[in-house]
Amino acid sequence: MAPVAPRSGDAIFANIERVNAELFTLTYGAIVRQLLTDLEEVEEVNKQLDQMGYNIGIRLIDEFLAKSNVSRCVDFRETADVIAKVGFKMFLGVTASVTNWDAEGTCCSIVLEDNPLVDFVELPDNYQGLYYCNILSGVIRGALDMVSMKAEVTWLRDALRGDDVFELQVKLLKQVPEEYPYKDDE
Amino acid sequence: MVREVSESCVDSLMTEMVACYCNRFYANKPELAARRIEAIGYQVGQQLSERYTMERPRFGDHLEAIKFICKDFWSEVFKKQIDNLKTNHRGTFVLQDNKFPWLARMSVDPSADNVSSVEDYSAPTAESKAAQAMSMHLYFPCGIIRGALSNLGIPCAVSADISSLPACTFIVRFGI
Repeated sequence: MAPVAPRSGDAIFANIERVNAELFTLTYGAIVRQLLTDLEEVEEVNKQLDQMGYNIGIRLIDEFLAKSNVSRCVDFRETADVIAKVGFKMFLGVTASVTNWDAEGTCCSIVLEDNPLVDFVELPDNYQGLYYCNILSGVIRGALDMVSMKAEVTWLRDALRGDDVFELQVKLLKQVPEEYPYKDDE
Repeated sequence: MVREVSESCVDSLMTEMVACYCNRFYANKPELAARRIEAIGYQVGQQLSERYTMERPRFGDHLEAIKFICKDFWSEVFKKQIDNLKTNHRGTFVLQDNKFPWLARMSVDPSADNVSSVEDYSAPTAESKAAQAMSMHLYFPCGIIRGALSNLGIPCAVSADISSLPACTFIVRFGI
């Protein structure tokens, strides 16, 4: 595989506008709390967090493409790599790793050891069914959707539920061929 | 070193939170959406002021606490201080931020002219919708200020005024 454009988001993150992560972490925490109060069902909260993430992802991909200088990925392997090394770094300031590829190269795991979303967070016993970081899976799904990749993103490991790391399984369902020419006037 | 994330993380989270409450949960009940958004801000304000005052002595009076919000607290959250602080000395303080960062990238149609045009009925609605969307976003920082002050033992009411954009003023009333 020929290496392309940036292999890490360090330089981009260094030059981007940044804010104190506490504000981000606490705001996210407050949103999750409020959703738990309003929706009552943990399952429903998981769904909403995923939806919020999706909506963010479909917009964040634009900023990502504009600022990262990443060119078209040759295959899904490269895509996953770029998400983990450039995407996570550029927005959250942390790097993830990619492992557990299946033989076809359509399914892998993104492993996150350091996760700013969960600083100060502990899950109470009655919320064990909550995927606290579900917004992340939504973001990835939404972002991939905008570059014509339908993916399924699920949590395999969650440090808030007692695992040692966060592990997201990203499974490429299908690549939607882009249609030319775009018909803007219809 | 302090941990940082990209500004767009906070921006998109906030935008999405407001959209979620205003458009999905309480599409026809803006006052309920507003209350939830304010509650989220309140929670964040409480926790932030808890952290930022960890190594400080107790504030002697309301003015000291307000000054802390204008200087230290604002700098931590927005990397700038409040530009102007006024008070009527009867429990009302007006905090003005000449370029409030959270509104800096928000667009509204500033031309008031098209509101008065007779045939175009859609313009006023579009405009009032934009204004409403913007005021929804302000419940969050209002909640943050109220939460921060209440955590310092000062119950108050906070409202915002954006009649002179991009400046934004927060009105804090004590003794409620």
